[in-house]
Amino acid sequence: MKKISRILILASLIFTACSSENDGAESNENGVDTFDRGAMLANWADNIIAPSFNNFKSTTQQLEDLTLAFTLNPSEENLIALRNQFESSYVNFQTVAMFDIGKAEELSYRRFLNTYPLATSDVENKIASGSYNLELPSSFKEQGFPALDYLLNGLGETDADIVAKYSAENYKNYLLDVSKRINSLTEEVNSSWQGDYRDTFVSGTSSSSTGSVDRFTNKYIMYYETFLRSGKIGYPAGAFTGTPSPINVEAYYSADLSKKLYLQAIKTTQDFFNGKYFNSSSTGMSYKQYLEFLDRGDLADDILSQFGTINSQAINLNDSFKSQVETNNTLMLVAFDELQKEVVLLKLDMVQALSISINYVDSDGD
Amino acid sequence: MRRSVTKYFNSFTDAAPLAVFRIGFGILMLASIIRFYLNGWIEKLYITPKFHFSYYGFEWVKPLGDFTYLLFIICGLAAFFVAIGYKYRIAIITFFLSFTYIELMDKTTYLNHYYFISILSFILIFLPANSYFSLDAWKNSGKAFQKIPRWCIDCIKLLLAIVYFYAGLAKLNSDWLIRAMPLKIWLPSKYDLPFLGDLMQQEWISYAFSWSGMLYDLLIPFLLLYRRTRFAAFLAVIIFHVLTRVLFPIGMFPYIMIVSALIFFSPRVHHQILNKISSWFNISKVKFDNNKLFQNKPKQKKFTILVVAIFFILQLILPWRYLLYSNELFWTEEGYRFSWRVMLMEKAGYAEFKVVDADSGKRFYVNNSDFLTPFQEKQMSFQPDFILQYAHFLADHFRKEGHSNIEVYVESYVGLNGRKSKPYISADVNLLNFDDSFEHKTFILPFYDEIKGL
Repeated sequence: MKKISRILILASLIFTACSSENDGAESNENGVDTFDRGAMLANWADNIIAPSFNNFKSTTQQLEDLTLAFTLNPSEENLIALRNQFESSYVNFQTVAMFDIGKAEELSYRRFLNTYPLATSDVENKIASGSYNLELPSSFKEQGFPALDYLLNGLGETDADIVAKYSAENYKNYLLDVSKRINSLTEEVNSSWQGDYRDTFVSGTSSSSTGSVDRFTNKYIMYYETFLRSGKIGYPAGAFTGTPSPINVEAYYSADLSKKLYLQAIKTTQDFFNGKYFNSSSTGMSYKQYLEFLDRGDLADDILSQFGTINSQAINLNDSFKSQVETNNTLMLVAFDELQKEVVLLKLDMVQALSISINYVDSDGD
Repeated sequence: MRRSVTKYFNSFTDAAPLAVFRIGFGILMLASIIRFYLNGWIEKLYITPKFHFSYYGFEWVKPLGDFTYLLFIICGLAAFFVAIGYKYRIAIITFFLSFTYIELMDKTTYLNHYYFISILSFILIFLPANSYFSLDAWKNSGKAFQKIPRWCIDCIKLLLAIVYFYAGLAKLNSDWLIRAMPLKIWLPSKYDLPFLGDLMQQEWISYAFSWSGMLYDLLIPFLLLYRRTRFAAFLAVIIFHVLTRVLFPIGMFPYIMIVSALIFFSPRVHHQILNKISSWFNISKVKFDNNKLFQNKPKQKKFTILVVAIFFILQLILPWRYLLYSNELFWTEEGYRFSWRVMLMEKAGYAEFKVVDADSGKRFYVNNSDFLTPFQEKQMSFQPDFILQYAHFLADHFRKEGHSNIEVYVESYVGLNGRKSKPYISADVNLLNFDDSFEHKTFILPFYDEIKGL
């Protein structure tokens, strides 16, 4: 009798020891009635994230090329061409901004490309001195799209005034360096997704906090809460302080860009939730399907209907959030409230339904 | 009746089970403390946080900075001394005090398991666990007794029985039995377990686990007590606890319960275990086998029994205190802790605090991560007493920063066992108007649902 119990204890201890490791490869080969997280990760990587970066990379290459053309020949025509490219690249950036995982996380990609408001006077000082190192973390606020926004729109009243600034070598150099850095960082992140990192990401099917689903979901929600809700609407509208702050608007110096950026960011978040392929109408597995599998289709519906409310509320907003904040900030605060309702649905309800922990800390539970 | 009670308290039994229990308890506690340190939890849970959530009435218990490590060292050493039975009384008192102090430092880390360890070590203070197979008994044969009063072993069985049985009673509710919550949320997320992963996706498994878990908790004390079912029951104990270890991040607790359950076995089994230990360490066990009856001064004996009796009456009553509150227990958590309510809730919250300067009308929102660790924020966001304490902390903090006439509001939502999240605390109530107390917290919004059962 004692022997049996000893064997049982031993077997169970071995089992315990094995089970704390995970061999992600085969989570379910019989495929009946189980949700395949590996397939969801593959859909995210192959149909959404990698194509988005690939597309964005081609726009940043264009951006660099047109910047070069403009600095070689600063004309109003070249400025307009460059500005158009800047706007389209900035919009496309909204399709990759949330993927702060892997190489992007390691490089602080998003912070280098889109930290705003820009430290304008620091930028001017560096241009004047001609000595700077854009690779330093201390220079987050002096480069990326906010810097281009300023350098292409904020240097003068008219295009002629702006072009005139580029007679100076220092302005040319800084502008070109900013564009090049956007392009080279994007190149690095993009090639990691076209290469090794894709497999690392997709094979991370573990249910633990180190698994890709948990880690990325944290990123997804953080992006939505901090960068979309607070960054694009909350801070400019003064939702946290009670005092509106136009300088916090994204693309502050561009005439009508901020709302486009906002709408694209919402679309990206919503498409991701739906598992919609980049630039295609097909859909694969994502949060929506996962919730439906877990019998929480009701919650998926609530989340989507809230996205609907957010989108229809956005129709009322001015193309320029700067003028919206200055003329009728109440509408901005309404936008914030609607975004906030979605935060609760995503960060609380969805995460709970998927049994994912936010900002995981490893400690025992009951 | 009275005669049989007196007779019971004058009857003796073999001391071996208590000795084995003492050794197992001491070793597992030492291992727990070492594991806690190795996981970096001393630093993470007690040194890093800028603010700690205190238990009501124990606000004076705070981490000691770097001396917190010393506290853990003392606790670990005491556990070791308990295991070998050296200076036992001092060791177990030291263990009880240091362990309980650690648990009282921050209620963020509250677990029923820790509470169980605290009260178990308290009761061990009053038991002659060093009278057999201990260094104390080895060195001083005057302190060595092979026979101890029967109640000394029975009271550990009783405590274990209370833990299991009350945990079972707490499962008699509609969420657990009818909706299979929260297991229906938790189990499918274990899809990557070897062998079991796919099974965990099935709905019936959640129901099977819920119902068998409830039956296990309610029945296991009796099956362990009854000689003919004891061995099968012990196998069930092993399977149950190993399974919980596999499925949930539950730490050392399963091992503690498995080792504790050995106490139900007859002295013969325990003598075999001690023989084994003796042969490993070259201890002459016969030296302890003196057949002497444990002797105590009548006054001391009376006192001990009185303390133990009061202790158990409290243990039996305390879990029912939630009946004094009229609202849904799972929602308000008033009377929830210290009641063996284990794994009953998947509950999470979202709480955003607003600080208002009543003079100027200016307001701003608080970034919780400026003050709390992610773990603290998680626990705070769905427990009203945490929310209240944090609001007062924020007020103190911003007063020091020069704000005066502060008001603190919270916008909060809580999701419980798969229900859609609902507003939790009145958003228009200035939390500073309330102090923590055992009274019902009126600023908690209604649950608008019903969980039937105990």
